[in-house]
Amino acid sequence: MTKYLLTLMSLGAIVGFQSCKMKTTEAAVSGDAASKVYVAPGKYDEFYNFVSGGFSGQVSVYGLPSGRLLKVIPVFSQNPENGYGFNEETKPMLQTSHGFIPWDDEHHLALSQTNGEHDGRWLFANANNTPRVARIDLKTFKTVEVLELPNSGGNHSSPFITENSEYIVGGTRFSVPIADQEAALTQASFKANFKSTVSFIAIDPTTGRMKIDFQVVLPGMDLDLSRAGKGPSHGWFFFSTYNTEQANTLLEVNASQKDKDYIVAINWKKAQEYARAGKGKKMATEYYHNTLNEENHTATSEVEKEVLTLDPNELKDFVYLIPCPKSPHGCDVDPTGEYIIGSGKLAALIPVFAYQKITKAIADKAFEGDYYGIPVIKYEAALHGEVQKPGLGPLHTEFDGKGNAYTSFFVSSEIVKWNIKDLKVLDRVPTYYSIGHLMVPGGDTKKPYGKYVVAYNKITKDRYLPTGPELTQSAQLYSIDGDKMQLLLDYPTIGEPHYAQAIAADKIKAQSAKIYDINVNKHQYVSMGEKTTKVVRAGNRVDVYMTAIRSHLTPDNIEGIQVGDEVYFHVTNLEQDWDIPHGFAVKHAANAELLIMPGETNTLKFVPTKAGVYPFYCTDFCSALHQEMQGYMRVSPKGSSVPLKWHTGKTDSAAAVAAVR
Amino acid sequence: MNLKHFYVAAFAACFIIYGCGGSSEEKSVKDETPQQPVDESPAPAATASDKGIGKFQNVELTHPLDEGMVKAGQGTYDVKCGSCHKLNEEKLVGPGWKGVTDRRTPEWIMNFVTNVDEMLEKDPKAQAMLEVCMVRMPNQNLKDDEARAVLEFMRKNDGKN
Repeated sequence: MTKYLLTLMSLGAIVGFQSCKMKTTEAAVSGDAASKVYVAPGKYDEFYNFVSGGFSGQVSVYGLPSGRLLKVIPVFSQNPENGYGFNEETKPMLQTSHGFIPWDDEHHLALSQTNGEHDGRWLFANANNTPRVARIDLKTFKTVEVLELPNSGGNHSSPFITENSEYIVGGTRFSVPIADQEAALTQASFKANFKSTVSFIAIDPTTGRMKIDFQVVLPGMDLDLSRAGKGPSHGWFFFSTYNTEQANTLLEVNASQKDKDYIVAINWKKAQEYARAGKGKKMATEYYHNTLNEENHTATSEVEKEVLTLDPNELKDFVYLIPCPKSPHGCDVDPTGEYIIGSGKLAALIPVFAYQKITKAIADKAFEGDYYGIPVIKYEAALHGEVQKPGLGPLHTEFDGKGNAYTSFFVSSEIVKWNIKDLKVLDRVPTYYSIGHLMVPGGDTKKPYGKYVVAYNKITKDRYLPTGPELTQSAQLYSIDGDKMQLLLDYPTIGEPHYAQAIAADKIKAQSAKIYDINVNKHQYVSMGEKTTKVVRAGNRVDVYMTAIRSHLTPDNIEGIQVGDEVYFHVTNLEQDWDIPHGFAVKHAANAELLIMPGETNTLKFVPTKAGVYPFYCTDFCSALHQEMQGYMRVSPKGSSVPLKWHTGKTDSAAAVAAVR
Repeated sequence: MNLKHFYVAAFAACFIIYGCGGSSEEKSVKDETPQQPVDESPAPAATASDKGIGKFQNVELTHPLDEGMVKAGQGTYDVKCGSCHKLNEEKLVGPGWKGVTDRRTPEWIMNFVTNVDEMLEKDPKAQAMLEVCMVRMPNQNLKDDEARAVLEFMRKNDGKN
């Protein structure tokens, strides 16, 4: 089997890349692959693998090398499993300047870095549709902040990060008229009115809190992907861009006219100096900034009213363009920070640029012209060299820290390993099928862990049991320990995986929170023990202060609710034990359940539309008497004289008390 | 190693592990991942001690009662214990607390509330209670001083001085 594979591969290398694509599902794995990914029951994986959820709007967490799914973290989409975006505490997380938006398209992830290495504090995620970025706390694996981006249309080149987490970026995929103007959809109007922006989002080094420090306003073009410089190139950000033709229709043809588009190089340190010196322009706008407070378990929204913009036509020498063939996609910086690898989706080569050459070209003014006033560096002046005939449709490149690069090829469905210095192709393996991003653990840092490369594939025809017209997406794990890559494992993924990150488990495992300390629960509606449970009516609003513990809810009998009341169940989980959440669901509640972590308080809003008796219960199996963890709410017609009362067991809460605020 | 050889080897490895009764010599998995935490304290013979299993082997009682601890213990009771334990003899989810300081030693009580899982697995008295209640007592993550305060509150509840 191995022989067959090797023969085929060498044949492929000689004949050309197209014959490399395997057409059958066999002949994929050989040797001791199984033992290399086997993580015995009770043992832990070596890496956390955070994978973007694409159109699911969420982030999934897998263990590597096993490929076991460990968790789904809801970020930009509601999640009925745990009530994210449904319960009152998290609804503000999905609030935007255009109202409540419960879905998005999540593409890229960035782990926070210190000195160019992953530090395990936060994970950042982008929303591609309604431009937003999110921060996930890696102690609790919860989304704790969502920041909307103004003047943006499709936040695609995001949230790539600098080597000390100074900034993450949000680069617009669709150029749009800024300041929310409308404009005609003609080419003349496009050229006149449409702009691209890059938001530089500063990260507070202690709290992680995000803030748009400034926006760079660029000519209308589509910013695609991005990387921060590192080491010598720290202080720079690089963006790939397509549609520099500025077409507004049928881009498949109209944005493929030019032989080369650009890589946009932004000197962010210089931009920061301009911003600090008050040289930017403040623009009135409106965007939401949502944060979850983990002490009171409650999210709040603030509306930001202003953004500082920098125009490279007025403030010179901080933005340059580098020609890059053709319709570039990936734009990746190697671990030394010296090489920037472009990937033209339609190019039959991979251009590699050298940071030293770029700075020299700028010093020498080796420009071939300008694009809307922005200098365009001569291609040859910036170029380290080209990888010739590597494959079809190069997209993304990651690195092993030993001087090798791994590039994904969408059209020819393969990963190609090549040497950065001499640009020679060293190895190639097929993927199944249509690989997009790929990821080496730590491959975007100064010190990659190497060991594995993971392919994130768009298509899985005939790889798994068929499930109707729609098949799962997949990831494939390859060993890169030796000279030759070796396929070890397929594992299905949720949504459509785009970029991913992986970090050594040891950097996160020990800090993982196990419970929320109930003694510091500062929720407005917390019940500190059953003694403090109660039901309070104020007009047609009814607040139920409820507790949950193995194996009962308190109160579990509630009467005096009327049709049309807005009933808020504030359920506090009194447990202080790891992995003992309690669920809470009410018959006919029109949103979702609650899933309340130990020591946490969550709120479910329920507006009964008909009189009757409504059972409620715990949804998450907790003990032998879990099934008994249930209760009733009596709903009477509007204006009924049934008094408000509640109890659990014999401790009937003293007759009818209709506390009125 | 081809697949067939791998299976043979894996089967052989399993056989060896079984033969050894899962001793620490097993090396079938290369990953260094943590074993279950090893209890390094001398495990008291379960039946030999009325002090239970845990780090409390000598709890010094205060006479008269420390009212500060009683108050703190009541605060913890209200938040973490009262859902399942009444202060009289009546069983709710767990047993009523009346008389608990007569039935159990101070050490046993402290060990049970701070080391719930191990006690439920190994201590005969704790196991006997589990058979009655059928709900494992939640580990409420009490700190040592919280547990001590709860004990003081129990003593007060039992009329001790």
